[in-house]
Amino acid sequence: MTNSDPTVPVAAAAPRRGVGDAIRSWWDRQSRPAQWGVGVVAFAALALLPVLDPPLISTTATDFGATMAQFAMVALIAIGLNVVVGQAGLLDLGYVGFYAVGAYVVALLTSPASPVWNSVDHGIFSGPWAWLACIPLAIVITGITGVILGTPTLRVRGDYLAIVTLGFGEIVRLLADNLKEVTNGPAGLQGVLFPELGTSADKPDGVFSVQNNDRINSGIWWYWLALLLVVIVLLFVGNLERSRVGRSWIAIREDEDAAEIMGVPTFKYKLWAFVIGAGIGGLSGAVYAGQVQYVDPKAFTVINSMLFLCAVVIGGQGNKLGVIVGAFIIVYIPARVQGIEVGGQSLGDFKYLFFGLALVALMIFRPQGLFPARARLITFGRQVYAAAQRVGDAARRDPGPPGEGGDPVVGAQKEVTS
Amino acid sequence: MTHRFPDDPREPARPVWQPPGTGSGADGVADGIHQVVESPTEQVAEVLADPLATTVVDPVAIDPALADPELVAEVVAPQRDIVTAEGDALLQVRDLTVEFGGLAALSDVSFDIRRGEILGLIGPNGAGKTTCFNAITGVYTPTRGTVSFDGEPLRKLKRHKITRKGIARTFQNVRLWGEMTALENVCVGTDARHKTSVWGATFRTPRHYREERDAVDRGMALLEFVGIAARATEKAANLPYGDQRRLEIARALATEPKLLCLDEPAAGFNPSEKSALMGLIKKIRDDGYTVLLIEHDMRLVMGVTDRIVVLEFGRKIAEGTPREVRDNPAVIAAYLGVPDDEIV
Amino acid sequence: MIAYSLAESTSVVASTIGFDLGALRDGFWTLTIQGLAYGSIYALVAVGYTLVYGVLRLINFAHSEVFMLGMFGQYIGLMLLGFRPQGDVWSEGTLMTIAYLLLAGLIGMAVSGTTAVGLEFVAYRPLRKRNAKPLAFLITAIGMSFVLQEFVHYVLPKVPTDPRLGGSSPQPAIKLVQPTEQFTVFGASVTNVILIIVIAAIGLAVGVDFLINRTRLGRGIRSVAQDPEAALLMGVSRERIIMVTFLIGGLLAGAAALLYTLHVPSNVVYYGGFILGIKAFCAAVLGGIGNVRGALLGGLLLGVMENYGSVVFGNQWKDVVAFALLILVLMFRPTGILGEKLGKARV
Repeated sequence: MTNSDPTVPVAAAAPRRGVGDAIRSWWDRQSRPAQWGVGVVAFAALALLPVLDPPLISTTATDFGATMAQFAMVALIAIGLNVVVGQAGLLDLGYVGFYAVGAYVVALLTSPASPVWNSVDHGIFSGPWAWLACIPLAIVITGITGVILGTPTLRVRGDYLAIVTLGFGEIVRLLADNLKEVTNGPAGLQGVLFPELGTSADKPDGVFSVQNNDRINSGIWWYWLALLLVVIVLLFVGNLERSRVGRSWIAIREDEDAAEIMGVPTFKYKLWAFVIGAGIGGLSGAVYAGQVQYVDPKAFTVINSMLFLCAVVIGGQGNKLGVIVGAFIIVYIPARVQGIEVGGQSLGDFKYLFFGLALVALMIFRPQGLFPARARLITFGRQVYAAAQRVGDAARRDPGPPGEGGDPVVGAQKEVTS
Repeated sequence: MTHRFPDDPREPARPVWQPPGTGSGADGVADGIHQVVESPTEQVAEVLADPLATTVVDPVAIDPALADPELVAEVVAPQRDIVTAEGDALLQVRDLTVEFGGLAALSDVSFDIRRGEILGLIGPNGAGKTTCFNAITGVYTPTRGTVSFDGEPLRKLKRHKITRKGIARTFQNVRLWGEMTALENVCVGTDARHKTSVWGATFRTPRHYREERDAVDRGMALLEFVGIAARATEKAANLPYGDQRRLEIARALATEPKLLCLDEPAAGFNPSEKSALMGLIKKIRDDGYTVLLIEHDMRLVMGVTDRIVVLEFGRKIAEGTPREVRDNPAVIAAYLGVPDDEIV
Repeated sequence: MIAYSLAESTSVVASTIGFDLGALRDGFWTLTIQGLAYGSIYALVAVGYTLVYGVLRLINFAHSEVFMLGMFGQYIGLMLLGFRPQGDVWSEGTLMTIAYLLLAGLIGMAVSGTTAVGLEFVAYRPLRKRNAKPLAFLITAIGMSFVLQEFVHYVLPKVPTDPRLGGSSPQPAIKLVQPTEQFTVFGASVTNVILIIVIAAIGLAVGVDFLINRTRLGRGIRSVAQDPEAALLMGVSRERIIMVTFLIGGLLAGAAALLYTLHVPSNVVYYGGFILGIKAFCAAVLGGIGNVRGALLGGLLLGVMENYGSVVFGNQWKDVVAFALLILVLMFRPTGILGEKLGKARV
């Protein structure tokens, strides 16, 4: 901060700065209104991207709007998984299971093919507000699933959690496939309801229906809805991050036993991380169900869990904005190359292979991902850190002779007053 | 019960947290961790913002009650309701036995740690010091015997509950959370006393704001107290070794313990750093904490402790003041051995 | 209204869990014999998990793909020997059958052994050199697992072979041995396939146990598992031991692959190892992770319990049994059946 050239080392005490640090310190120097300004402009650009449909960026083989909607849903998933893996350090390999539970809750409650639907009077779960009414239920039920899964397994080593969640993810799909009386098996549940907004004469079902094929088609509307949800979830997760909860999660991730000895109730916070992650996954599943309006077990294979993990790892474990970029990468790139064929196979099909390799390579060469986490974990972080930084810089500028007891810090403070 | 601090003839009133360099203490570092509690964060920020400021924050001007050191202590560490009176046994170890399989690491060890003292736990390698330490801090469950703290036995409490009871510790090999900054490390320690729930943190209740302010204030004050406030924003993994050890002590103090257990705090220090550490430990005791210390460095142990317990092969062989222990033939035999002609 | 629909759905789910103890009683011995056959296969794969865990404290997720590639290896072996999906080999007599089985098995074991060692070199060793966190190892393991799966799924079909290898559907089955009943045990029929599986598994299990407990190599493995630094001081090369551990696990998985394909010839497909790997790991935990005899015992136990569960609860819940057992074990006895209770240290 005292040296504006990022490539020249400031002093022996300060670490070398790279491009990322330069960007970050530029960002930190902006005032709040300036930061909001940049954020709003960037957000608007992102939101309008599928409407403008620029030729090079737009996906050729698939609908760009639908792809962006999928990106926003995966972004939600990535944020949720980031809480579990990136912040609390719990490896959840079956996250697709929570995604499935959320989707199935919505489908079971609103689809005409649902065995549950048929046996009760639907009340609020039919009609224009059905989908919205399902959302809290989806989140809560998925959260409960998280509690049920987490309580026995979070007490033991992290490796066991990984395989238990892996099994869970597969079991959910198997159950969805096999329990035909409950989930209609492989036939799936169609006709899932969605928010019926913007109805008009030529759009009797509203803008969110798959029937909407205008320039601003249903995909784009769902994209905007999911983006809104992403912002809301970011706010909540950000609040948690900059509080005792976020600090405890990072402490648990770094050294769980030391955290327990320093008074952190580790099991409680691990379970909370798990449940919050599950709830966010369920929310994303509910959005998916509404957008595609058809839910079947094939969409919830465990290999997708790996893809979600990839988004978090590529983006940067622990960085809630970085993982959104990771989500974009794993959704957009396969969609963009879907049209290109190699050896009779569409390039997009190779995404699992490619991203699996990327995962392995990243773990070896850049485990912190594209955007390492640098979140402040204190509520008043900004002011405190700015002030504390000035004290530190003053001390570094004039490191006095070693004071009593060989403590250079004490000496610096002496020096500053003389 | 009010806290009573040992009478200190040097200065009648405790100085409050002051900007570095303007304190009355000779080394320019705050002499205590007492702090002003009115509108803390603005004051903190203001003071931090201008290290050259000559304005001294005068607590009495803000609240006359703060002239009373006992009251200040009440405010600084309100959770420390210590039942034990000054001088009485804060921690009682009775017939402590810890066995691993067939091996008895500790056999029938009994001693007291009195409130307000610095007790040293020494012994040759393999004597069972670390085992005893771990049993006291709740890491090991004793096979037999009891550990009572502040009048209550420490049963199979979960470790984080033991910390809330008031026992804090540092580690022999520094175990900081490297990715977090120094200030954040200490703030996690302060969180041990906070009551904000997950809902409170998500929806930013007033209690959350209150406790966050408290965390930052006490955190910075503690960093100041141990002497590393200038490095508050650095990642703990990047700190030099000496500062890491100080940070560990600050973090342990942040949990507002009644008993602070230090596991070989001087390991890896040079003599001048060890002197500074001795000063810091004395300062901690003067602020009203009780300290248990495992250490190999005899000069440090003799110089800083009030009493010493000596272990050998899992048994207690001596207990007393440093002078008594130094002259105890059993202790000398344990460390140096006996002349050949005296072996029975 | 919400409560009502929740209650409805719970009862619908519950009704699909039939609780049929009668079927268990009727088919007890058949189920047990079948369970032992499956269990032997789980046991052999479980040893691979437990050995690597003991030496590296790492769950090698990709071991299920080592098994899967072993299946493809023996399939390729059979093709090289001239077999094609139609036609059976039993007509050529027992001795020839065994010879062909052994050859195919060896090729399968070679493939899986190479995969296992390759995994160690490509994925895990670079991480160890960089002192990566345990989380990084797990992430890499799962990444490699899916890389191998997708390789067989999409890349292998590009190799011109007849019939096509890999792809989305299972390979057309090459049936080597016609299951014919040899004798009965308490009314349960024991086929030659089951005999081959159990005998081969017993032989391999005895061999592995001997290797671990009676040979110098086994001592090396055990010492590295207990205390790598002390082992180093005693002149044991940790890296070599690790490589050998992976190799042994891979070879056993290859053998298990052959036995499995004998029993279920139609499951040679890219996802064929996945669920079996999870179950084998559950078996390893059940028996006591890090303990080879535990893995063998756990495998047998899991095979039998799973079979019982499939008739008692209904076939769709079969795969859930292993999973549920794992959770129960983790809750009540995380060290497993043969596992030892470590010291009371909580740090």
